[in-house]
Amino acid sequence: MQVAQNWRLNQQRYRLMGEECPNCSVKIFPPRDVCPACMAPAKELFALTGVGEVFSYTTVYHPPAGYEFNAPYVVALIKLDEGPVLTAQLTDVEPEDVSIGMPVEAVTRKLRSDGDEGMIVYGYKFRPIM
Amino acid sequence: MKQVAILGVGQTPVRDNWNMGVHQLAVQAGRAALVDADVERPGVIYVGNMTADGLNEQTHLGTKVADHLGLWGVEAMRIEAACGSAGSAMRQGVLAVASGMVDSALVIGVEKMLDTKGKETTAAMSTAADNDYEVVHGISFVALNALVMQRYMHEYGYTRDDFAPFPINAHANGAKNPNALFRKPISKKVYDNARMISDPVSLFDASPVCDGAAAVLLVAADKAPDAVKVAGSAIATDTLAVHDRPDPVWLTAGEKSAAAAYAQAGMTPDDIDLFELHDAFSIMAALSLEACGFAERGRGVRLGQDGSILPSGRIPICSMGGLKARGHPVGATGLYQIVEATLQLRGEADEAQLDGIKTALTQNIGGSGATIAAHILTINS
Repeated sequence: MQVAQNWRLNQQRYRLMGEECPNCSVKIFPPRDVCPACMAPAKELFALTGVGEVFSYTTVYHPPAGYEFNAPYVVALIKLDEGPVLTAQLTDVEPEDVSIGMPVEAVTRKLRSDGDEGMIVYGYKFRPIM
Repeated sequence: MKQVAILGVGQTPVRDNWNMGVHQLAVQAGRAALVDADVERPGVIYVGNMTADGLNEQTHLGTKVADHLGLWGVEAMRIEAACGSAGSAMRQGVLAVASGMVDSALVIGVEKMLDTKGKETTAAMSTAADNDYEVVHGISFVALNALVMQRYMHEYGYTRDDFAPFPINAHANGAKNPNALFRKPISKKVYDNARMISDPVSLFDASPVCDGAAAVLLVAADKAPDAVKVAGSAIATDTLAVHDRPDPVWLTAGEKSAAAAYAQAGMTPDDIDLFELHDAFSIMAALSLEACGFAERGRGVRLGQDGSILPSGRIPICSMGGLKARGHPVGATGLYQIVEATLQLRGEADEAQLDGIKTALTQNIGGSGATIAAHILTINS
């Protein structure tokens, strides 16, 4: 894990800053500067609201190195209201209470920690909308 | 463009080969392919490998393998496309020989996954996914496939139980292959009681971590009229991240690469006698059958349930154990598939031999469907 690699993504991790295509209005997350729908240049920033629903989910019982601290945890595909789908953990919910279609919203949480001396990476997770 | 033929094949048993380094495994398989082909000095060496740098602290693997094969001076390099590395290396070997720029190509796939701790190997495998937007969220490859399987079950109304025929078939076939990692059939009860890794993916829906190497020696077909021919060869890519796909339960790159290979061969799925598919996870077996035209969308699972995938069925898969039972040494897998298909076409698969195999399709997947290589092999009747 490198500091710069994470720091340069802080607008995405903390604010869900994506892009909007000026040609076809598709919302893009993460930013890729080219519209995946129409291939037009797309650099106009667009902050997503972070509201969406669970598209699919799973519980991770055997985490990769660096993620042991909150295992088992639920990872989901979240379909945002504006269109993009992203991968994120769910929080503030028990695995057995998760279902496809469940409305969720983004919150900022600790994603990963690398021991006493290492980095702590923060970013978006999603929780059920009460 | 020259037609390409497979003149020699070689493989190591898939095991925990703790007493051999990554280059030694590659050399063993590569030398076996050279001996089988009776070729001393290939024009080029391609080594498919995913993670020698990450897990074995060795880059420059192509040259190291050439060196230890005693082939000083021969052009060599490593080809990496995650778990699709060997299929990608095969494609480069086919291009090299078809172009006429070299007379022969030695293509080796190798992976050494068991020198490191499980969590380190799992983390290294994760690097095939998007590091900034998938891996950082604690995703593993098992979890990515679980997300796809869960959605597939939701859309088409299946349960985990419906996937049982895939690992049961793979393990039954692996029992007939002396080079397989697992050489023992499993029962439905074993599948039912399997430990959950990332639900709905259990231990028996996921392929094992292991060491191994496989290799082929390619030449122009006009120099080897009786050898197995490469009738189709193609690679297609998809978005790296599963979440960026408009349709996460469809292998678009599998459909595209298979379509290109069928077109080159002048064939349709009806012409294929054997399908060595990439059953790294049970869900991938179902999606591969659909993408390559053997089942309608959402019905790949049915081919397991109705027995079509069995050795006696309409389209046998994983004839020597597949990734599930032969094992999945990731950067070697695509060449194990091609070696096994070649043995079936030659009639040299011994106890695992199928009857009347004239054409075989192999399909090797990198990542969760992001790179997919398809090869169609044939033999003269």
